[in-house]
Amino acid sequence: MNKLSQFTIGALLALGTVTAAQAGTLDDVKKKGFVQCGVSAGLAGFSAPDDKGNYSGIDVDVCKAVAAAVFGDATKVKFTPLTAKERFTALQSGEVDLLSRNTTWTLNRDTAQGLSFAGVTYYDGQGFMVRKSLGVKSAKELDGASVCTETGTTTELNLSDYFKSNGLKYTVVALGSNSEAVAAYDSGRCDAYTTDASGLYATRIALAKPDDHMVLPEIISKEPLGPVVRQGDSQWFSVVKWSLFALVAAEEYGVTAANVDEQKASSANPEVKRLLGAEGEFGTPMGLPNDWAYKIVKQIGNYGEMFDRNVGAGSPLKIDRGINARWNKGGLQSAPPFR
Amino acid sequence: MAKDGAGAGGAPRTSLLYDPAFRSIAFQIVLLVAVVFVGWYLFHNTTQNLASRNIASGFGFLGQPAGFDIIQALVPYGQSATYGEAFLVALLNTMLISAIGIVLATIIGFVVGIARLSNNWIVSRLATVYVETLRNIPLLLQIFFWYFAVLRTLPGPKQSLSPFEGVYLNQRGLYMPVPLTEPGFWTIPVALLLGIAGAVGVSIWARRRLMATGKPFHSFWVGLALIVGLPVLAALATGVPFTFELPQIKGFNFQGGLVLIPEFMAVLFALSLYTASFIAEVVRSGVMAVSKGQSEAAHALGLRQGLTLRLVVIPQALRVMIPPMTSQYLNLLKNSSLGAAVGYPELVAVVAGTVLNQTGQAIEVIALTMAVYLTFSLIISLFMNWYNARKALVER
Repeated sequence: MNKLSQFTIGALLALGTVTAAQAGTLDDVKKKGFVQCGVSAGLAGFSAPDDKGNYSGIDVDVCKAVAAAVFGDATKVKFTPLTAKERFTALQSGEVDLLSRNTTWTLNRDTAQGLSFAGVTYYDGQGFMVRKSLGVKSAKELDGASVCTETGTTTELNLSDYFKSNGLKYTVVALGSNSEAVAAYDSGRCDAYTTDASGLYATRIALAKPDDHMVLPEIISKEPLGPVVRQGDSQWFSVVKWSLFALVAAEEYGVTAANVDEQKASSANPEVKRLLGAEGEFGTPMGLPNDWAYKIVKQIGNYGEMFDRNVGAGSPLKIDRGINARWNKGGLQSAPPFR
Repeated sequence: MAKDGAGAGGAPRTSLLYDPAFRSIAFQIVLLVAVVFVGWYLFHNTTQNLASRNIASGFGFLGQPAGFDIIQALVPYGQSATYGEAFLVALLNTMLISAIGIVLATIIGFVVGIARLSNNWIVSRLATVYVETLRNIPLLLQIFFWYFAVLRTLPGPKQSLSPFEGVYLNQRGLYMPVPLTEPGFWTIPVALLLGIAGAVGVSIWARRRLMATGKPFHSFWVGLALIVGLPVLAALATGVPFTFELPQIKGFNFQGGLVLIPEFMAVLFALSLYTASFIAEVVRSGVMAVSKGQSEAAHALGLRQGLTLRLVVIPQALRVMIPPMTSQYLNLLKNSSLGAAVGYPELVAVVAGTVLNQTGQAIEVIALTMAVYLTFSLIISLFMNWYNARKALVER
């Protein structure tokens, strides 16, 4: 055999060794030392970079919580900004370990697309924004309107369903990214702009004259938004799912970033002790240190603090807790028992 | 058998390994096996990974309902349309913009290319400025320029510009009347076809007569009269079997009529003007490749400037121009995918965008999209090669 064919066979063997099954995301993450997290490129309150390029928002905090659980350090995250149509391919192909990008949990995505939704960060619903000068008070008056939206989202499908079921006509202008959809709406291409209600509020305050625009009262869909991982890796799935639950449970038991040390040392509540790792061995089966949830709450706070800071009363968006309140306050956020 | 054995009788035969014929065949086989193995490996690895992650595969999704709308559809695209139909709509949109773009770019490119060679200083400078500006600005920026700059300057639907009754221009598009057919309408397209056939016939006859007797015949005007006149006569004879549906403002927007959406216009302008700047250079280089003696000889024979260009220079320049022109056409076709950026519903926006995202089947969807561009590009190449062979200098 000559050198060329030796080289060919060598290359084939090399390719062969790379084939190893791609299951242990947690091990991979620990090995490289950070969580690669897919986020939105710019949606105030959910994920938006500041002037120094640091991302913040509720979706970003979920990424940070996972990093805190794995490494005990919420800063060990790298962010990949993704458009709606890039996001699933980026996750499927392993470009990101975790997708936390205001993504709606649907049956098809959860089963046929190789994705697993690890929970719900924010319960949302789709709405419309219009110019006040249009004189429209309800989405039902939008017959014949042209509507701008971002392509590759559930929004496009809900829009079609809503207008058809109400017997209304419309034209859709589906643009490649959210910023282009907003620019097209703002320049007058469309009568209405549609996305999730939280996104509408975030978009409205970013427009040149927010007071010229209004959000219509109708919410036309359920949009449970949450973090997504690849299917078939139950360990990593559990890590992400329970990181989210830890945030919710901490709020329920009154554990905050400020009092977490005190609670860990002296709480009489056995559930709090188990949550914060003062009692039992609940981190080990997931491959995490025992104080994983303590690290999350210490660095991120609980779900309520995270909500207030990013989208709630403590933020420019001032969104009401509404259905995102915890279960014993009339909302939907709840965590299974920590035992 | 190898020549080596043909020396002095009974000379020792060299090893098979050193036999050039054997070696070349062996290497071919090794290479083939390697290629097949790599192909199989990639296929196997992909299917295994898809299965282990529970990602659906295959082209079954094309028959499933799509559930989203498309702003511009040349074929009916209704409520229960499938992904396959969405694919077809996107395909036609890509073909439409590429076909119109190629025609426009060729016309503008020819005019500008010839203008650049003009003896008129202002005309040639203007053409130079056009070429140097447009071909040096990225196409995507030009698309955004046309989309946003034009959108922002046009008025809203209620303040539409209306140059003629029934034609309205606003931010939502250019609205035009559309003819609604009535019984007997079929005579008009038939008359048009007859007119075209007649015009072609007249021009062939005129050419033969010119060759035979040297008497010129102005077949252009006769042809035009046939093409325009016959359908008009047919329409009058059948009592004008169509009415125009005028766009009407209803609610927020105009309804009815034919509409050119701003996305289409922005992408079409940008594509044709950008590609035309390259075609202009192709035309200029083609014309300059024709030796000066040719036009001097034509002038000496008494041909005027226009006739010299049309009868002597351009036919020879075409031979130089066709191959680079082919690559400009291919570029235009592929560049039409940038329409996705402003929401023009072409192949990349609809199929590699929305369909991919709703189905999650990246491999099938991207393969399908690539196959379409490859097929179109090869068809354009084949056609241009055929045209090139026809126009090439036949040496006798």
